[in-house]
Amino acid sequence: MNQNSKKKLTEVFASIKTEADKRFKEIKGDDDQNILIGMATCGLASGAIEVKAAFEEAIAERKINAHIMPVGCLGHCYAEPLVLIEKPGFPPILYHNVTPGKARLLVKAFLEEGDPVFEHILGSMEENDIIPSVMEFQRFNQEKRIVMANSGLIDPEDIYHYIAKGGYSALVKALTLEPEKIINEIQESGLRGRGGAGFLTGKKWQLTRDVNEKDKFVICNADEGDPGAYMDRTLLESNPHQIIEGMAINAYAIGAEKAITYIRAEYPLAVKVTKKAIEQAKEIGLLGKGILGTDFNLDIVIFQGSGAFVCGEETALIQSIQGERGMPQPRPPYPSQRGLFGKPTIINNVKTFGSIPPILKKGAQWFRGVGTEKSPGTAIFSVVGNIVHAGLVEIPMGISLRSLIFDICGGIPEQKKFKAVQIGGPSGGCLPEHFLDTPIDFDSLTLAGAMMGSGGIVVMDEDTCMVDVARYFLDFTQKESCGKCTFCRIGTKHLLDILERIITGKGKEGDIELLERLSIDIKEGSLCGLGKTAPNPVLTTIRYFRDEYEAHIREKRCPAMMCRALTAYYIDLDRCARGCDACVGSCPTEAIFTTRDRKKGIDQTLCVKCGECMTSCPVEYDAVIKVSPPELAPKIERPEEG
Amino acid sequence: MIKLIVDNNEIEVEEGMTVLQACLDNEIYIPNLCYLKEMDNPPGSCRLCLVEIDGYNQPITSCTVKVEEGMVVRSNTEHIRKLQRTAFELLLSVHHVDCKNCPANRKCELQRIAKFLHFGLKLKRLEPLDREIKVEGDHPFLEYVPNRCVLCGRCVFVCKKKNGQAMLSFAKKGFDTVISFFGEDNSARVSCEECYACAEICPVGALLVKNSKRSAHQRLAKNNNSQRPRPSGRGLKKGNNSLAASIPTLPGGALKGGGK
Ligand SMILES: Cc1cc2nc3c(=O)[nH]c(=O)nc-3n(C[C@H](O)[C@H](O)[C@H](O)COP(=O)(O)O)c2cc1C
Ligand code: SF4
Ligand code: SF4
Ligand code: FES
Repeated sequence: MNQNSKKKLTEVFASIKTEADKRFKEIKGDDDQNILIGMATCGLASGAIEVKAAFEEAIAERKINAHIMPVGCLGHCYAEPLVLIEKPGFPPILYHNVTPGKARLLVKAFLEEGDPVFEHILGSMEENDIIPSVMEFQRFNQEKRIVMANSGLIDPEDIYHYIAKGGYSALVKALTLEPEKIINEIQESGLRGRGGAGFLTGKKWQLTRDVNEKDKFVICNADEGDPGAYMDRTLLESNPHQIIEGMAINAYAIGAEKAITYIRAEYPLAVKVTKKAIEQAKEIGLLGKGILGTDFNLDIVIFQGSGAFVCGEETALIQSIQGERGMPQPRPPYPSQRGLFGKPTIINNVKTFGSIPPILKKGAQWFRGVGTEKSPGTAIFSVVGNIVHAGLVEIPMGISLRSLIFDICGGIPEQKKFKAVQIGGPSGGCLPEHFLDTPIDFDSLTLAGAMMGSGGIVVMDEDTCMVDVARYFLDFTQKESCGKCTFCRIGTKHLLDILERIITGKGKEGDIELLERLSIDIKEGSLCGLGKTAPNPVLTTIRYFRDEYEAHIREKRCPAMMCRALTAYYIDLDRCARGCDACVGSCPTEAIFTTRDRKKGIDQTLCVKCGECMTSCPVEYDAVIKVSPPELAPKIERPEEG
Repeated sequence: MIKLIVDNNEIEVEEGMTVLQACLDNEIYIPNLCYLKEMDNPPGSCRLCLVEIDGYNQPITSCTVKVEEGMVVRSNTEHIRKLQRTAFELLLSVHHVDCKNCPANRKCELQRIAKFLHFGLKLKRLEPLDREIKVEGDHPFLEYVPNRCVLCGRCVFVCKKKNGQAMLSFAKKGFDTVISFFGEDNSARVSCEECYACAEICPVGALLVKNSKRSAHQRLAKNNNSQRPRPSGRGLKKGNNSLAASIPTLPGGALKGGGK
């Protein structure tokens, strides 16, 4: 780019930036009061709409001058609805689990009377003398926000907010550079794809750039089909422009003029927010024809996927856009060479695109300074399961699983013991306690038998049966198999059947070995990543919890006492209180009878093992006992009628 | 021409050919079900044709890789045979084995692969899997037997190839996947009654010409002796332009010395 056009480009963007700063200042000036309400899907699910209405009503009623700003997600899903209040004279204060009642209280007490209502505060967002800062929490302290830097702090539906925070300046910088230079920078940053496989992003871009074709495509993969994972959704709902900016930089670098964001249709809010973002970017000349006065053109459209898990696989995703059955195709050719409609196509994950603008802005060396040598940057996880502070976290790569689970996410609730962590989505691996010091990065996790995946983490406590966990995940992947190839279509079904056999007490000698052998062949023989990884939960649970499999098969015993066919409830007659009826009504199948001396017994033939009687038995008696194998339950005869 | 080494033998083939085709043309049999010579993008779905190729860190389907000068291919290793047997065993576990009453008996590709891999048709490690399948719709001329279908997709391919638009396709997903006919026999195309390309190409007895418990091959063979398609393909002459000619085959002798 010559000096003249460079100048023009900077000028055009400078006027946009001025406008953005002006608009942002209007609402976020030094003496403005602001109420930021987390309104991504997680916030909405916890009642953010009602909270927003309560704030609106209260400030109108009390004639208070304050802006209400819907923002995205800060990641603290356990504390939603989250509200951040900015009031001159105070640091910005974060309130958790806000209800309409609390909202009214905050308007009156804090905004009107200046009392920040300490008991509802989560923390302040800045160091100060009055209110404890959130930085004192491990969570805030250890997190490192690169992709989520602005999530939850700006209005995702107003492009000027992002621009006021420095957004789109990376695109401006990119447009002044030679495409090769950009690709070099990404290569040097060592960024690896965040969609699962961890392929080097710069290398992929280079491959596509090198193909001599006029038409090329950029696709952002927001299919996100892992059960329980919602990182990509949240990013699009909280700050879609950072993703769009990343896509635009990519398109410019490889020479593409068309891009597609593939979002599953079950994400209506993400679709809506992204659509609006694309429109706004087009309106002010950041997308469309002649972007910012240069000769770079880019159109982005949204494609709504039908929500099949396998459609997240890149070749299946392409098929699906082309209107075919979403079935994976053999690779090579890779999409980077021959992708959508046979044209070279870059497919990257939402988080991968989200990492691009910060890298260009701050440089490859800065990015390399975060995370580990082979896995630079941050990882975004959704942590769910038996965990105190579930939610989204963005951490530097290399932090140990232990820090993530215990320091950042608060550990296991109810003083239960940690048992395993499933990492990498439904086809990740289950790692036991002695892997807790494994650093979270692509290679260490793969080495341990798990994988980075796209960022789902399920924490499991001592009450979890690992055979059942394997069955649960297999049930998912088996149902999601596209049915194309032999190993996955039929092989995973056999795995599932054998696991089902084991948890219902019908396991046979040799089943463990059969599971292992089939798993290994399925991994090696399947066509796509789904089949190649689906056996991971089976293999890792066998590797690390083999004794549980053996107990199920040989002793018909479930060590965690979770498998219904292998457990029984009985009532300890020494503890049961004569004449007490507490459990009788709780039983859905009328399996509880009265013995001759007016105590209670359970008819094992009627019992469905729901455990209701155990819950209803008063603590002072605590007479209902659960055992495995079921033979351990003493036989108590039901007295003859009459 | 391109030279490559397969199982220590040097073979010479035309450029642009798949490794599988190259082997088959040179009397090296590699089990296969879903590949047809005419396919531009073979689906790679049956996974029987796996081989080891130097430079690939995992076994790869030979039907999806083009030959390259100096390529070193191994089809006859212990490891490859193990994978092929497992794939075959999996297919068998959903296949209703009843050869005596099957019209494809002795022409069936499964029987041939079983022989080649020295793998009995009886299941040893695995339980047979029952698929509850309701075949929807009824085709006036064709009968589909899901419990025999190996979902190779050949029928879908030839139908599309011959008629421009496939009248049958994969339906449902995962373990429940089946082939289904759609729509009426529309008049813009050749009537199924005059075609039967799908029944002709089916490597097992899963697509049959209706009202004749004989397979399409038998029926066609009776009608038209001169252009006799042979899906199992033994001894096919090159240059036969029937669609069945595109079925990869091996010359008779190659059956020996395959699996262990
Ligand atoms: C079964 C399956 C599901 C996948 N789902 C997703 C997904 O939801 N999102 C995603 O970004 N990548 C998914 N992938 C990985 C993609 O195929 C592809 O590798 C990725 O989008 C590339 O982007 P990246 O280089 O930025 O990671 C999936 C892969 C498989 C095998
Ligand atoms: S591995 Fe599974 S999902 Fe992938 S192509 Fe094969 S059947 Fe389909
Ligand atoms: S009907 Fe025959 S040709 Fe068609 S998919 Fe099934 S086995 Fe293959
Ligand atoms: S996968 Fe190659 S022939 Fe079926």
